[in-house]
Amino acid sequence: MLSYTTRRLLMLIPVLLGMSIIVFSIIHAIPGDPARTILGEKATPEALAQLREDLGLNNPWYIQYWSYLSDILQGDIGTSLRTKVPIAQEIWPYLAATFELTFVSMIIAVFFGVNIGIFAAWKQNSWIDYGSMLLALVGVSMPVFWLGLMEQWIFAQKLQWLPSIGRFDAKMGFESITGFYVLDSLIQGDWQRLWDIVKHLILPGIALGTIPMAIIARITRSSMLEVMRSDYIRTARAKGLHDFWVIYKHALKNALIPVLTVIGLQTGLLLGGAVLTETIFGWPGIGQYIYNAISYRDYPVIQSGILVIATLFVFINLIVDLLYAYIDPRIHYK
Amino acid sequence: MKKWTLIGFVLLFAFSIFIVGCGGKETNTSSQPASENQNSGSSGTDSSTNNRSSLPNGGGTLVFGRGGDSVSLDPADVTDGESLVVTKQVFDTLVDYADDSTDVVPALAEEWDSQDGLTWTFKLRQGVKFHDGTDFNADAVVFNFERWMDKENPYHQGDFPYYSYMFGGFKGDEGHIIKEVKSVNPYTVQITLNRPYSPFINTIAMPAFAIASPEAVKKYGDKFGENPVGTGPFIFKEWKRNDSITLEKNPNYWMEGYPKLDKLIYRSIPDNSARFIALQNGEIDLMDGLNPDDVTLAKQDSNLQVFLRPSMNVGYLAFNTEKPPFDNKKVRQALNYAVDKKALIDAFYNGLAEPAKNPMPPSLWGYNDDIQDYEFNLEKAKQLLAEAGYPNGFEVDFWAMPVPRPYIPQGQQIAEAIQAWFSEIGVKTNIVSYEWATYLEKTGKGEHSMALLGWTGDNGDPDNFLYVLLDKDNAKGPDAGNIAFYKNDELHDILIQAQQISDQGERAKLYQRAQEIIKDDAPWIPLVHSTPPLAGKVNIKGFVPHSTGTDKMTKVYFE
Repeated sequence: MLSYTTRRLLMLIPVLLGMSIIVFSIIHAIPGDPARTILGEKATPEALAQLREDLGLNNPWYIQYWSYLSDILQGDIGTSLRTKVPIAQEIWPYLAATFELTFVSMIIAVFFGVNIGIFAAWKQNSWIDYGSMLLALVGVSMPVFWLGLMEQWIFAQKLQWLPSIGRFDAKMGFESITGFYVLDSLIQGDWQRLWDIVKHLILPGIALGTIPMAIIARITRSSMLEVMRSDYIRTARAKGLHDFWVIYKHALKNALIPVLTVIGLQTGLLLGGAVLTETIFGWPGIGQYIYNAISYRDYPVIQSGILVIATLFVFINLIVDLLYAYIDPRIHYK
Repeated sequence: MKKWTLIGFVLLFAFSIFIVGCGGKETNTSSQPASENQNSGSSGTDSSTNNRSSLPNGGGTLVFGRGGDSVSLDPADVTDGESLVVTKQVFDTLVDYADDSTDVVPALAEEWDSQDGLTWTFKLRQGVKFHDGTDFNADAVVFNFERWMDKENPYHQGDFPYYSYMFGGFKGDEGHIIKEVKSVNPYTVQITLNRPYSPFINTIAMPAFAIASPEAVKKYGDKFGENPVGTGPFIFKEWKRNDSITLEKNPNYWMEGYPKLDKLIYRSIPDNSARFIALQNGEIDLMDGLNPDDVTLAKQDSNLQVFLRPSMNVGYLAFNTEKPPFDNKKVRQALNYAVDKKALIDAFYNGLAEPAKNPMPPSLWGYNDDIQDYEFNLEKAKQLLAEAGYPNGFEVDFWAMPVPRPYIPQGQQIAEAIQAWFSEIGVKTNIVSYEWATYLEKTGKGEHSMALLGWTGDNGDPDNFLYVLLDKDNAKGPDAGNIAFYKNDELHDILIQAQQISDQGERAKLYQRAQEIIKDDAPWIPLVHSTPPLAGKVNIKGFVPHSTGTDKMTKVYFE
């Protein structure tokens, strides 16, 4: 296990390097002068010269890349052109907001997805099975923005049960400590606010969690069906064990291996793909951060935002792989 | 397949209503006491402030929902409306616009006058303090002007785009309008101009030229944009990027009895429909950028009211007069006959606009109401095209804006409607579009043949429409304001002359003549002047949407 972990960690190095080259070339791949691309047509010659100097554009590309890389390693991922604030300094609240939302979405997705999948497999070929798989099909094919707007329309506009936008009730105000508002309100021991924050998470959480939920449900079902046919399950059943225990104690552990991969992949996708959900629900997350940067052509932010998301994606996959190996000892022998 | 999809939707909704319904009951029971708490003041963080919202003379917190976040809160260093909307509350200018017009009224300066149009003397209000407790006086005014205009000034940290744009560059530049700003005594400031500039007093009232606390500028340096300190009705409290900006009442505001609100929160909600839902759900109290389609819904809701912003904009179709066939005046006139503006307004503005016959809106002085617009007449259009040598029409690219703007809410669809009329006179158009920044860049360079665009006025002076949008001085890339690249020397002389005389009556006459020339040359099809709708809770009083798009919230209160 240790050697597998080490090997897997070492493999990260080329992956991350390759990624940094791709992100580095974003600016350089756009035709024309990178300094002009960054500053726009209205830039003064002095500003252009200054930026060329700062970016080291007069050097050969490998020297530029090297200084880009060493800046990153020192935690300097550039400065936003629009707000003129270092990105490393302003990105955290956005990241935290997206993490919190993604986390809640994945809880919803995993809890409902796995259980629906199990249920469908258990009652294979019953109307429950057909019904839940139809549901999963609809879930996968439903556009997120449409679902989000429908949720808002029903639960915020018509029923007025839940808030439709933002992370908290603006009138209450909120001093954040960690950037994770649920955690913050727990630290502060403010239950009223905790409830407010949880309420704000429900609708965007469902909107973002629906697609992974549907995918997880389908994978769980098929993997469960496979496991249920195996000998040891038949043995367990023959022993007279109740179906519930057979499923949740014996079958689930093995059935979850492929599900885990999907969970990992989906989490990574959610991190990057939350743009629409965040826009509809006024959620100040990384998706909105990059989206705004694109509309204002804030290239350093686009570049670093992509870098951060890609890095997270790589690390989530690493965690999944390690968990995978941990759950199924056969894997790292391969 | 369709049937199954439908069943799927029903199932899914049943399911999600079930899930949330379980929590929903709790929501109802527990949110009830929570809101009571806020009103009775027994608990909750803002109990004292919310308690006062029931009083007739104000108090309470108002949440304003808008489409985007501010860029910076240093008014001198930004040009975007979302930034200035907030700085308008934190800062005051020397003079201000009246609540419901662009007439200039006293603000930090109580009186001003100029004998010759070159030397302007401002008598300042006494006893005013900045939010950081320092005194407002003539030195503070001089400090601000020096900061904006002098590139060598240590506090000239930023681009100060509006300054250079409105006052012809910076100190030392050819064409720089302001010669000198000096303090005569602690409460008198004298501003001397290099040449007469009639729009001066209207320009000084723009929110970009607000007076900042010199001490705060020195203290925060290039971080001033995140820590704005002015003399305005509200004090900056907190900024959560892309989420909300919180302002609090300035208890020492110079205007007796104002502001009424205790707290003012600006919230960014990018999606127009989502913002409207948030308003109906009570999460925000007031919003701009209401979809024209939602106006009817808002009017039907007894908890809401609709406000119309007086029009100070124009949406237009510009012909690139440097490119054939639009270098031919008859072609431009022909196409002017081929657009039914009334139909556009009914279809895309929900009636909330008026047809434009001039490049400037009728709310501005100097508007020429005697101009007869080109009527909608396809026969006449065909005839003119034939006279111009295009009896069978021609084919051309038609640029449509990719983003909604107050003056053109649906660029693509409006272009399609116009395309249909043009095709009836044999003019075949291919609609093209680019991402917004690219669109502005390319039209600014003149790469288009014809393009949709619009303009919202800055300062209520006709110069800000006619000179900026149609004078030959501005028909230069890469950043042309005049994207028709229309050059007429007679017009240019009139517009420059109008900039230099101070008598408004005389200026109005010149502008009226200018509109006649423009009408005849037809560099554009002026389409509409829209009245952008806003919506708010029905108990909001004292809110008067301003034609500049930047509303002062000093007098707003809850009934």
